[in-house]
Amino acid sequence: MNKLLVSPSPHTHGKESTQSIMRDVLIALAPAMLVSILSSGWSALMLILVGAAACVLTEFLIQKYLLKRPVTVSDLSAVVTGCLLALNLPPNSPWWLIVIGSVVAIGVAKMTFGGLGQNIFNPALVGRVFLLVSFPVLMTTWDDSGSMFGLVDAFSGATPLGAVKEGLKNGMTLSELTADNLTFSQQFFFNMGGSAGEFSAVALILGFIYLLCRRVIKATIPVTILCTVFVVSGIFWLADPERFTNPVFNLFTGGLLLGAIFMATDYVTSPMTTKGQIIFGIGIGLITVFVRYFGSYPEGVSFAILIMNCTVPLLNKYCKPRRFGEVKK
Amino acid sequence: MKKTFRIGGVHPHDNKISAEAAIEIFPAIETAYVSMAQHLGAPATPVVAVGDHVKVGQVIAEPAGFISGFVHSPVSGTVKSIGPRADIAGNLVPHVEITVEGDEWMEDIDRSDTVVKDIPFTPEEIIEKVKKAGVVGLGGASFPTHVKLAPPKDKKAECVILNGTECEPYLTSDDRIMRERPREILIGGAIMMKALGVTRGYVGIEENKPAAIASMTEAAREFPQIEVVVLKKRYPQGGEKQLIDAVIRRQVPSGALPIDTGAVVQNVGTSLAVYEAVQKNKPLIDNVITVTGGCLPVQHNYKVRIGTPMSKILEVAGGVPEKAAKVISGGPMMGRAIANLDAATVKANGAILVLTEAETRRKPESNCIRCAKCASACPMGLEPWLLNKLSRAGGRFDELEKERVFDCIECGCCSFTCPAQIPLVDMIRISKAEVMKIMRSRPKK
Repeated sequence: MNKLLVSPSPHTHGKESTQSIMRDVLIALAPAMLVSILSSGWSALMLILVGAAACVLTEFLIQKYLLKRPVTVSDLSAVVTGCLLALNLPPNSPWWLIVIGSVVAIGVAKMTFGGLGQNIFNPALVGRVFLLVSFPVLMTTWDDSGSMFGLVDAFSGATPLGAVKEGLKNGMTLSELTADNLTFSQQFFFNMGGSAGEFSAVALILGFIYLLCRRVIKATIPVTILCTVFVVSGIFWLADPERFTNPVFNLFTGGLLLGAIFMATDYVTSPMTTKGQIIFGIGIGLITVFVRYFGSYPEGVSFAILIMNCTVPLLNKYCKPRRFGEVKK
Repeated sequence: MKKTFRIGGVHPHDNKISAEAAIEIFPAIETAYVSMAQHLGAPATPVVAVGDHVKVGQVIAEPAGFISGFVHSPVSGTVKSIGPRADIAGNLVPHVEITVEGDEWMEDIDRSDTVVKDIPFTPEEIIEKVKKAGVVGLGGASFPTHVKLAPPKDKKAECVILNGTECEPYLTSDDRIMRERPREILIGGAIMMKALGVTRGYVGIEENKPAAIASMTEAAREFPQIEVVVLKKRYPQGGEKQLIDAVIRRQVPSGALPIDTGAVVQNVGTSLAVYEAVQKNKPLIDNVITVTGGCLPVQHNYKVRIGTPMSKILEVAGGVPEKAAKVISGGPMMGRAIANLDAATVKANGAILVLTEAETRRKPESNCIRCAKCASACPMGLEPWLLNKLSRAGGRFDELEKERVFDCIECGCCSFTCPAQIPLVDMIRISKAEVMKIMRSRPKK
């Protein structure tokens, strides 16, 4: 011991790092990814790998050659974006689709703002919405002819929400439509049809529980979103069950769980105080229901989260935590 | 359910590896270097001259202001020099250097082990004795105890809370004295209650010290007015404001003093010093110091005379291993890194902690990911990420004041918890000092 280290306190640090948090998110996503691969086969695995690789490569190239800054891809945040994007696409999408989505997600939504922690919008969602408006057909139809595991019969068609929207547009009522719709248990365990990450509510909820146990996220945002969607769609459904889908159907379709658990809770693009998080969650829930019922797209979660992302700086400014000594008697 | 404070907090690893080491009397030293700045406030004025012979417990310096304190000789011997000497940070502070000769104590000090329970003194006599004995807060702040025992006329004390939380990792000196000298600590509490004219006392102890809880609870049977309160393990429970919140569920308003809640908080070590000062006429000349660290071969709790060089303590404890990288006075969360190992101990030194590079080296900082973990961890309900941003922007003191940067207690929870390794509390300290300077310079209303 020749030299003493001298620095201000604290002299110790908790175990958490950005990397460990991102690793936890990846672990939490694992069940959903696994279900996707089991049901859709190698194409889903390919999608996840290509998505993660494309995101990491985009970030690496921009940091190294464009910004000439230290490369921070080892924090795994780009991997998370890639995996989330993959779970947001139909599992048999062509590889180039997710490459385009990744470049937009990382290049446009993340790095232009200054990289990790600086972006206003959730990068994976920006990538997804970009693809949704650019390639609407590829993004909303679902085809299982590539399944290699034979777990389910080959199935091809629109997502449940898409089918409902289409049917209603053609003058059908919901009771006619639900005849060939899915049962609740199918929705809950193995919801056939939709993006890779919409398959299994159970897998997503498992991930949610893991994130809560590891204290990566708090339950506030997901629970507020789900409650809002349930209550608001419940009111509409009670008013006119022939026109509006029922609240349970709304909870388990269209990537609501994926969005509420993994996208709306993104640290960077969600509010930092509980009060702000509740307002944020209610906003997402409301917009989701309104887009689903009245919008021209069958699905509203992505738009809802992106719109509410805009409000985050304001929510952070006006929603303050309870200060010490401010207790109501 | 066990009590705890209501906002923020973190759970650093305990590491109480020296908890089973009974208190040992540190061997006699050759030279004592007694600092004149052992208390908050003005350094004391020496009242001895070079060549004077002093006894253990003899006054060698007198207070130089209202918030100041007496300093006594911790040894017997001859005053060799009076002048500046480097403290742990390397700052020059006036010291009295005494060459030790024998161990001759002042005659009025009762050195027996007999525990004296009766308190035949008036509040005024108690406060005077505490002041004359140079007792300061041993929890770390070194605030002169007699000042705290005489609150301003318009404030009313309602209870005394003895702080036995020892929420910092590694530290065990309070744990040891609570195990070994519970009765004296409680008598010290009773003395302070008498001085303040209150009838309610509490001892807050965290659940990770079952032996101390058992011994204090047993001893407290004699003291029906004092209740042992078992607290959940949570840092920074030993913070004065956090402890008051945990024990009596009252929060000190921003800018107010703890006494505004009616509570007077004193560390258990201080309580023991008060007992010795009042009942045994023994001034504060020694204290219990934990010498610990995962890289040290043996863990110790030493009773050390004040003015002993830290290097001497480490040498007697078994030497500093090669892989040691940082030596800290105090715990890992709020202790101060020692730049000068030859610095001598002062009254409020509670621990010498030796950490290796792997245990303590800071990792490179990365981008804030806005996880808000710092805000969740802040026991004052502040937003460290925002204070950090405003501090780095430079000059935004109005906003920093509005965000209550002055409420920061510098506990380090935010830096500890930050996954991006941002030195939040460092940045906050810088702007806090600046903002408080501006606030003080304003004309008083």
